[in-house]
Amino acid sequence: MWLAVLSLTVLGTLLGLALGVAAKYFHVDGNSLVAEIEALMPGSNCGQCGFAGCPRAAAAIAEGSAPVTLCPPGGRALAQALAAKLGIRIDLDAVVDHGPQIANVAEDICIGCCRCSKVCPTDAILGAAKQIHNVIREACTGCGNCIDRCPTEALLLQTLPVTVQHWVWPKPATTPAAFAA
Amino acid sequence: MGILEKILGRHPHWGVHPDDHKRPAADAPLRSLPLPEVLRVPLQQHVGSPARPVVLVGERVLKGDLIAEPNGNISAPVHAPTSGRISAIGEITAPHPSGLPQLAITITADGADTWCERQPVADPLALAPEEISRRTAAAGVVGLGGATFPAAVKFNLGRRLRVGTLIVNGGECEPYLSADDRIMRDRATEVVDGLRIVMHAIGAREALVGIEDNKPQAITAMRAAAAAFGHVQVRVVPARYPMGSDKQLIQTLTGKEVPADARAAEVGVLVHNVSTCAAVHRALRHGEPLVERIVTLNGGALTRPGNVLAPIGTPVVDLLRFAGIRERPARLILGGPMMGIVLPHARVPIVKGASGVLAFDAAEARTPAAGPCIRCGSCTRACPMGLLPLEMASRIDADDLDGAAGLALSDCIGCGCCTYVCPSHIPLVQYFSYAKGELSTRERNRLREAATRRLAEERAARLQREAREKAVAAARRKAERAATKAAAGAGVPPLRERVVVTPTSETAT
Repeated sequence: MWLAVLSLTVLGTLLGLALGVAAKYFHVDGNSLVAEIEALMPGSNCGQCGFAGCPRAAAAIAEGSAPVTLCPPGGRALAQALAAKLGIRIDLDAVVDHGPQIANVAEDICIGCCRCSKVCPTDAILGAAKQIHNVIREACTGCGNCIDRCPTEALLLQTLPVTVQHWVWPKPATTPAAFAA
Repeated sequence: MGILEKILGRHPHWGVHPDDHKRPAADAPLRSLPLPEVLRVPLQQHVGSPARPVVLVGERVLKGDLIAEPNGNISAPVHAPTSGRISAIGEITAPHPSGLPQLAITITADGADTWCERQPVADPLALAPEEISRRTAAAGVVGLGGATFPAAVKFNLGRRLRVGTLIVNGGECEPYLSADDRIMRDRATEVVDGLRIVMHAIGAREALVGIEDNKPQAITAMRAAAAAFGHVQVRVVPARYPMGSDKQLIQTLTGKEVPADARAAEVGVLVHNVSTCAAVHRALRHGEPLVERIVTLNGGALTRPGNVLAPIGTPVVDLLRFAGIRERPARLILGGPMMGIVLPHARVPIVKGASGVLAFDAAEARTPAAGPCIRCGSCTRACPMGLLPLEMASRIDADDLDGAAGLALSDCIGCGCCTYVCPSHIPLVQYFSYAKGELSTRERNRLREAATRRLAEERAARLQREAREKAVAAARRKAERAATKAAAGAGVPPLRERVVVTPTSETAT
């Protein structure tokens, strides 16, 4: 009997030690998935998804409480990337994607109240009190945060037109069997 | 292509040999187009950023006047192709497969075709190489073979990398086209003089002119023109598409292979087209900017195919009328049939890179329906870059663009050999154009996202800094107020008190 007790004790001790060592050496700080998802997000912390910034949204996506289609600025490309990361299937056609947009100030109705520039996540609105405000095109991400803040409706989102420089050939529409395995 | 050459291994193992359709257009003498009434000159006719207009609507210009200046390091100026009045600066349909609008300057010709004051150079070979680059850039000379890369930028690159060999591209491998053939036959001395100026500009020791063996008259004319110059050699290369592609021509003439991620200049050679050399000659010897070019008019829908000298900005419809329209063209192509652009309509103007306008009849324009890939491997044998078109296309079809990029999609030159030989008529090269565009869009978005992230971080840092400054200011005010109170309690004279109170009252407002 003592032999059995002893061997089981030794076995238990050794396995316990191994687990203890593994817990120390293979320790992971936080959930790395959250960081990976956050790296995919636009990072402008615009808040359109309803979460306070991209890190919170990433955490919610990682724990499954938010859909991968939540980010309007990220659009279809981001939803696709997130679905691939999490290994889930989504209906991409259901994702609303306006294409690249930027905000534009109608200069004749801007009263220079400074409300829009305070909420811009990328500091893309330039202006001072009682001066006409303007949007720096290169910095605007089209998040739309400023639109509702404007008391005179001088701000509008505009879809950027496709130009010759940015145009991409469409994917050829061949028969589905062209490359069937 | 003789059997002997095949046995000797001179026959390239890549590419295709389509029916060239170059005659009778190539043999018809060069004609000049009667001056069109209206010319629309696009602001972007080159690789790089679009030029910026320097004229106003209503202004009168002379032929050769600068109408748009270069904008950025890689850009080219645009000059008035004839004398007349600027009647509009606005968007027109671009000579581009998308058919999207593009900015252009419209000139209503006055019919006199008066040149502006030109500044010819009697002996360009005595000029400093930098001065040749400067004058070439000012004349708006770009690569006329179709790539339209600003020529002067390439000169500077060649000089910096100490290029020893200039390769002059007289390949013109695209079927139907004969603009380069014609310039070599009719203006061989100009081409040779131009290439000597280019050699001087880049500091090259020798020049190799590569001409395909299906242009015997051009070879004879160029040999005669180059006979006096020992360092200029005319070499006959086999007629094989895409011989006119720089990497293939370099390999055929020098045996050097340009690495995938390098430019030709890095292996010690630089390629310029024969028409570009002739344009450099005109820019230096005559002081004429690039305002006209030879355009091949060809295709089954035309009655008198041939080559015409046409001002840049001529509407395609004027060229078609000049060549006589036999039937309504089923397809209009700017450039060659293999790599050219299908035009949305005939009111599009010709640009500096337009080597030809093809009006195909219904039989020529027929596109067979695509069938399934039978994995015959014809495309891999035809690919001049040694890629696997069928594998890449199947990955792109399954939306695996990274997989296609892993098979060296970026090395694809878009020559269309794979599509040409495919027995199932799969539009392989369209898959690659799509994937290359999509990958570059992704890359642009990635850069943009990185910039957005940086901006957001900078804003966060700014808000933090402001909060900190506010807290510090508040603490200081509090301390001052406390000090004032303490001082008042101790019975310090009122004068001192007033001095301390001032900032407090200021911040309180």
